[in-house]
Amino acid sequence: MERKTERRVYLDHAATTPVLPEVLETMLPYLREVYGNPQSLHSWGDEAREGIEKARGQVATLIGGNPEEIIFTSSGSEANNLAIKGLAQAQAEKGKHIIVSAIEHFSVLQAARTMEKAGFEITLLPVDKYGLIDPDEVAKNIRKDTILVSIMHANGEIGTIQPIAEIAKKIKEAGVLFHTDAVASTGNIPVNLKEMGVDALSLAGDQFYGPKGSGALWIRKGLRLIPLMDGGVQEGGRRPGTENVPAIVGLGRAAELAKSDMHPRMRKLSYLRDRLIKGILTTIDHTILTGHPSQRLPHHASFCIEFIEGEAMLMLLNSQGIAASSGSACTSRALKASHVLIAMGLPHEVAQGSLLFAMGVSNTEDDVDYALEKLPPIVNRLRQMSPLYAKFIKEQRR
Amino acid sequence: MPIYNQKVMDHFMNPRNVGEISNPDGVGEVGNPICGDMMTFYIKVKDNHLDDVKFQTFGCGAAIAVSSMVSEMAKGKTLEEALTITPSLVAKELEGLPKNKYHCSNLGAQALRKAIRDYAKKKGVKIEGLEEKGEEDEEGKEN
Ligand code: FES
Repeated sequence: MERKTERRVYLDHAATTPVLPEVLETMLPYLREVYGNPQSLHSWGDEAREGIEKARGQVATLIGGNPEEIIFTSSGSEANNLAIKGLAQAQAEKGKHIIVSAIEHFSVLQAARTMEKAGFEITLLPVDKYGLIDPDEVAKNIRKDTILVSIMHANGEIGTIQPIAEIAKKIKEAGVLFHTDAVASTGNIPVNLKEMGVDALSLAGDQFYGPKGSGALWIRKGLRLIPLMDGGVQEGGRRPGTENVPAIVGLGRAAELAKSDMHPRMRKLSYLRDRLIKGILTTIDHTILTGHPSQRLPHHASFCIEFIEGEAMLMLLNSQGIAASSGSACTSRALKASHVLIAMGLPHEVAQGSLLFAMGVSNTEDDVDYALEKLPPIVNRLRQMSPLYAKFIKEQRR
Repeated sequence: MPIYNQKVMDHFMNPRNVGEISNPDGVGEVGNPICGDMMTFYIKVKDNHLDDVKFQTFGCGAAIAVSSMVSEMAKGKTLEEALTITPSLVAKELEGLPKNKYHCSNLGAQALRKAIRDYAKKKGVKIEGLEEKGEEDEEGKEN
């Protein structure tokens, strides 16, 4: 896409984050000299295995779990698939009812759909206008044959953080397994398994400055899980296939850094986020902050800008060197508005104006101000083209 | 690789004929049945020619580029000629659209046609090429 400026500001960290230099440094030896297969019994294998086990410890420490409860996967999506399909299949004798929220990531929703085709029953839990799930609503939907509940920790489209501990309490009372997709939250906000009280949790490295193609499922010790693939003994036989050693050690290092830098990062990012939110809401009228105003990810600012469409905004932002994303129908391959925004009760034409910024550790106040300078004229320009806006103005005059 | 070619980007970044005509001779408004977007065309007719064409679009980059292209193609044409503008001609003039964006090119031609129909109805004139297609063709047609 054509760009008029040389300045580039990446504000799309919800899509993916860059790899931190420290993470890359940690990975490089595993792409060069440490090439052994971790399953091998020679020193080449030992070195690779050592890298993986160190990473397992780092990831476990980040979330407060035991290293042996971590299963490395290729992505958050794979972790979610493994949790939903693997736990459901393992529990099938007890019952065939699964509860998921309406705003889950597609890797959870579609995995649930697949289980539906395999004879399971799915209940989709509604959310309120902030995208929050009511713990009582969860309790109400639990039946005798419910075997699994999956509710995400934080939503990557609207930033809303769910009261997982409260929800977990309700689910525990009923003795049902609880998985949480913590892909958007892990590494960005504290994720503490003991406080959360879940049985399984998915995470992904490329959401917190680790490499793409790295993810993990934490699963409580002793729980049965049917693997997605058949193969060797890697990851305790639960995730066969030769380990992606560089990605795994990168994930481990990113986890370690996320743990040690968590609070300074959060402080910085929430400052940038609040500055951006305040700036946009005060300079652009007919704009809605989507998601919860305070219970949200520290780096996440999402909006619906009325009367205009997201893809057009993204293209004009890109022409100014700014990266953002949108949940508008036109930006989706399926030409469907974001299921998250629709589940929150937003009308389709409002959801069309979806615009999402997610800041990262290398962003500065200057970056935010640059976006705040460029966005209003872009919105204005598209509104001047919009028949919806023209109608609105006319009706207002009347 | 950018999803849109340079021609589309040019029409998106510098759309021709954006806006509204006050006292238009015809107005055509269509909604996109697939993604819920909207396009409105305004026309001014002089001696059976499209003296002025303007549009407003609520939609994606392709939809904006399509409207701009349609307005450019239509301007100056006779009403009969303007009615021969089809979505595929528009897409061709734009040197192609991404696969999942072809449906946006329907909107432009439909809205223009609707504006001409509006004009014909108001003036009580018959225009060749206008009645050939049924009313259902104007809207609700996917791809
Ligand atoms: S108008 Fe929605 S995809 Fe083009």
